[in-house]
Amino acid sequence: MAGAITLERILALQAAYIRCIDSNALEAWPDFFLDQCLYVITSAENHKAGFEGGIIYADTKGMLIDRVAALRQANVYEKQSYRHILGLPHILRNSGDEAESETPFMVVRIMHDGQSDIFATGLYLDAYRVAGNDLKLSKRLVVCDSSRVDTLMAIPL
Amino acid sequence: MNVNVPPGAIPNTAQPMEWPEGALTRIPYWIYQSPEITALEQQRLFEGPVWNFLCLEAEVRNAGDYRTTFVGSMPVVVARDFDDEIYAFENRCAHRGALICLDQGGRARDFTCVYHAWNYDLKGNLKAVAFEDGVNGKGGMDKTFCRSDHGPRKLRIANFCGLIFGSLSDDVPPIEEYLGDEVAAKIKRVLHKPVTVTGRFTQMLPNNWKLYFENVKDTYHASLLHTFFTTFRINRLSQRGGMVVSPNGGSHASFSFIDKANQENDYAAMGIRSDNEDFALKDPSLLDNADEFGDGCHMQILSVFPNLVLQQIQNALAIRQVLPKGQMQTALNWTTFGFVDDTPEMKMRRLRQNNLAGPAGYVSMEDGAVGGFVQRGVAAAGGERAVVEMGGSGTATQNTRATEASVRGFWKCYRAHMAI
Repeated sequence: MAGAITLERILALQAAYIRCIDSNALEAWPDFFLDQCLYVITSAENHKAGFEGGIIYADTKGMLIDRVAALRQANVYEKQSYRHILGLPHILRNSGDEAESETPFMVVRIMHDGQSDIFATGLYLDAYRVAGNDLKLSKRLVVCDSSRVDTLMAIPL
Repeated sequence: MNVNVPPGAIPNTAQPMEWPEGALTRIPYWIYQSPEITALEQQRLFEGPVWNFLCLEAEVRNAGDYRTTFVGSMPVVVARDFDDEIYAFENRCAHRGALICLDQGGRARDFTCVYHAWNYDLKGNLKAVAFEDGVNGKGGMDKTFCRSDHGPRKLRIANFCGLIFGSLSDDVPPIEEYLGDEVAAKIKRVLHKPVTVTGRFTQMLPNNWKLYFENVKDTYHASLLHTFFTTFRINRLSQRGGMVVSPNGGSHASFSFIDKANQENDYAAMGIRSDNEDFALKDPSLLDNADEFGDGCHMQILSVFPNLVLQQIQNALAIRQVLPKGQMQTALNWTTFGFVDDTPEMKMRRLRQNNLAGPAGYVSMEDGAVGGFVQRGVAAAGGERAVVEMGGSGTATQNTRATEASVRGFWKCYRAHMAI
């Protein structure tokens, strides 16, 4: 067995994930997910209402790759970066080869002119699975506390 | 360095707020900047003879359901009463002016202002005044006080295909006349059966509301700014399409049909940035379009003056409500929807295609920023003007999208309402 899921492995994945986005290594971002996965950015209000949709909705890793390709090649937006600050993951369930957790996040968006604002806060509602030797996300619901987005959302959360 | 300037060399008067020559082909930039204009818009336009979009009928489906929204800056409650009619009234207590209703929506039998507990029915009628007769024979309202003389302003309601509009004017034309036959037909085409809301988001735009409303009407920019569209040949100007403008100029619909035979490479020939032949989707299920309206029209963007956008981008359906928040900010309220009888496959298609629009939309995220680029660009140019001459100087319906006719239509309608 490739090793059971542990809190340490979950922490390592969470840390690597935000490092990937914040360091603008977006091409590596889809690799945190299984091929069949679910990544949705939604809000607490929409989540509570049972709405399945989101600001971003991807149900395959291919769609995440496409999201990065569009950001790199097609979409037009001002230069910006994020700084994710995470709280501690609360493990909701862990069967050894599958697990679920809830992790609070805060994202500061830094615009090219230096303006820095809190862009989003919320919870990552995650499901993990062991694939080979790696721990992967099978599901990440990004539940933002607010339904309000300033200007636009280019980089994923 | 000599900083002495001869007297009179620099004019010290404020910028004149006069519309420049050229009627509809020149837009003065002060129109996006002036607090006085923002105040005038509230009086003459939003509270004038227009139909403001308030909410979907589907959001107040049952008796007691309500939503809160805005008419310009005026807070408004929309509620369905137990007589099954929909009512709307200013969200302002007749007593001291506090909000009557604090939530975005819900279900209620009546509303009670939290401040002094004045109570209203779902029509906005003042029904009870706390301690009206005083306490232990002391205090209370004067005997001449008549509750029916007091209350928040009430709006007229029009329901067109499940779109609920409100107006404070007795002079506004009936909704069908206001929309005009062509735009009305384009609304009916989409909203032809009961809808269900699938999500709500607000996008805060760093610009005057008019810059967004013009952007929606601007068919010229779509395939130039939004490269995702052009790359996948969803919205080439060479595709079959066109646009209609309502008789009053304020409302419009632009549309395009897939034309696979038409593959000429006009963008590449012009060397325009938005053509990228190397770009291919890893998971093209996003573009799995079903011709659900049976007419081959894969995109229709429709606006109703002054604050509604109805979007059909393939199977991604949404309402966008445009609300001014001062002269420099706009709230864009997105309501995504499907139909009550959607199959699981259609639901999934819409979930995926909603990636095309919204604050992170592949083909719309730029629109969230481009108004801000203008607002910042014209910061010191209140006395300068924009040039809107593509397709001539008229506002009539045209069978091309390489035109700014509907932008000029907006200004025709706007200037008529504003009397400027």
